[in-house]
Amino acid sequence: MAIAHAHASGMGGLRGAGDLVARMQMARGMRIKEAKEYVAEKLKVSVSELIDPVIMNEVRTDLGLGVITPLPGVAKGIEAKFNIAKVLDIDINCVKRFKERTSL
Amino acid sequence: MGKYFSRMGDGSPIEVTEKEIMADLVTGSEDAADRGKIAPMTKEEYDYLLDVFCMKNKFVSVEQGNEVIMSYDAGTLKIRRVGVNVDRIQALQIYEKLLGADTMELCHVDYSFKPIKPIAGFEQPILEQALLSTQIPLFYGAMPNLGLYSQPDGPFPNPSELLPQGNIKEAQESYEAAIEDSVKDIVYAGTLMYESGADGINLDTTGAAGDADFLAALLATEKLKEKYPDICIEMGMAGEFILGMHSELTYKGERLAGMFPHKQVKMAEEAGVTIFGPVANTNTSKSAAWNLARATTFMKACCEVANIPIHPNMGMGVGGVTVNDQPPVDIVSRSSKAMVEICRLDGL
Repeated sequence: MAIAHAHASGMGGLRGAGDLVARMQMARGMRIKEAKEYVAEKLKVSVSELIDPVIMNEVRTDLGLGVITPLPGVAKGIEAKFNIAKVLDIDINCVKRFKERTSL
Repeated sequence: MGKYFSRMGDGSPIEVTEKEIMADLVTGSEDAADRGKIAPMTKEEYDYLLDVFCMKNKFVSVEQGNEVIMSYDAGTLKIRRVGVNVDRIQALQIYEKLLGADTMELCHVDYSFKPIKPIAGFEQPILEQALLSTQIPLFYGAMPNLGLYSQPDGPFPNPSELLPQGNIKEAQESYEAAIEDSVKDIVYAGTLMYESGADGINLDTTGAAGDADFLAALLATEKLKEKYPDICIEMGMAGEFILGMHSELTYKGERLAGMFPHKQVKMAEEAGVTIFGPVANTNTSKSAAWNLARATTFMKACCEVANIPIHPNMGMGVGGVTVNDQPPVDIVSRSSKAMVEICRLDGL
């Protein structure tokens, strides 16, 4: 059922920019239209490109935002979240804690 | 007149005419309108839903550009429930990399805040490790579940025994005491998970034990927001209607018993909830068309008054989805499309 919903009406998660739009709903309480426009502006893409896996794979790779296939040397996991926080200009709780717990 | 494949609310297949579908759409919407004192769907919306049910495709989807965010309750639990033998971090990775999830939730099989309390110290390192190796926003979730606070599972007299005996006041006092303990447990576990780095806390199946359960979740949200103004709280409801098990509880001057989604969301906003997950229950003896029209009527009214993102529950038995263990994609995808496009949802 999760797959059916994801295909019928989802943004595709890491395949698109679903996780990034979700972060704006969670961090700033934005409704879907505002959240999509905010992310599109930050990524310098159009709103319609946010769900395009071909375009978003390139954009995410270039900006180090994490992709489905974690090739060697590409930002992944917490590394990608450091970049997401910077690109979207938001605080990410675990990134903040990571900085506090390390000598960064 | 041609016949179309559809289903009943229990998932069983049926064949129906256009006229029968439309009749069910109208009565389903009017049922919600009558119960919730809200507007039924418009003629354009009935026509749109009729088109959705008459599509010959097995699977349908929203139009490009109308996509929304997916959030999940009991996420890691569902992988274990179907017997896939992976641990919870692997389950999160499966959702992130294989199932197209936009967000995910870590949870324990004993999915309630009370039993989480004594094992929170074992949950935190799992959460912290998951946060290192995943990228999508990660909630920690559980239920307020006030049922666990009454005897024999908890310390307080059981309202379900007191009420049939006519001991109304004693039952109400028991609920009030349970609220106090439940709020402490939610705030305790929520604090630890947020301190471990969770992106949000999901208070799931809120209101399962009625108005006292809902009030506990609202008060816990207030306290967590006071402590951490930036914390994201998602509140998912248990049912469409707040059962008046106590019946006289109020929040910000409003009686909670009897509230439908469009009123529940205003309480959630007052408490500081970030994302609200309303519910419309599925009636197994009515058709899928009847159930979906009814669900969209409730959710549309909720979305219209909301100032926060709305992610309705669309799992088995809610949001127009049929009541059976393997909901068929024909109805799940039709419900998904119609709910998103009619109600202008932010997610589901």
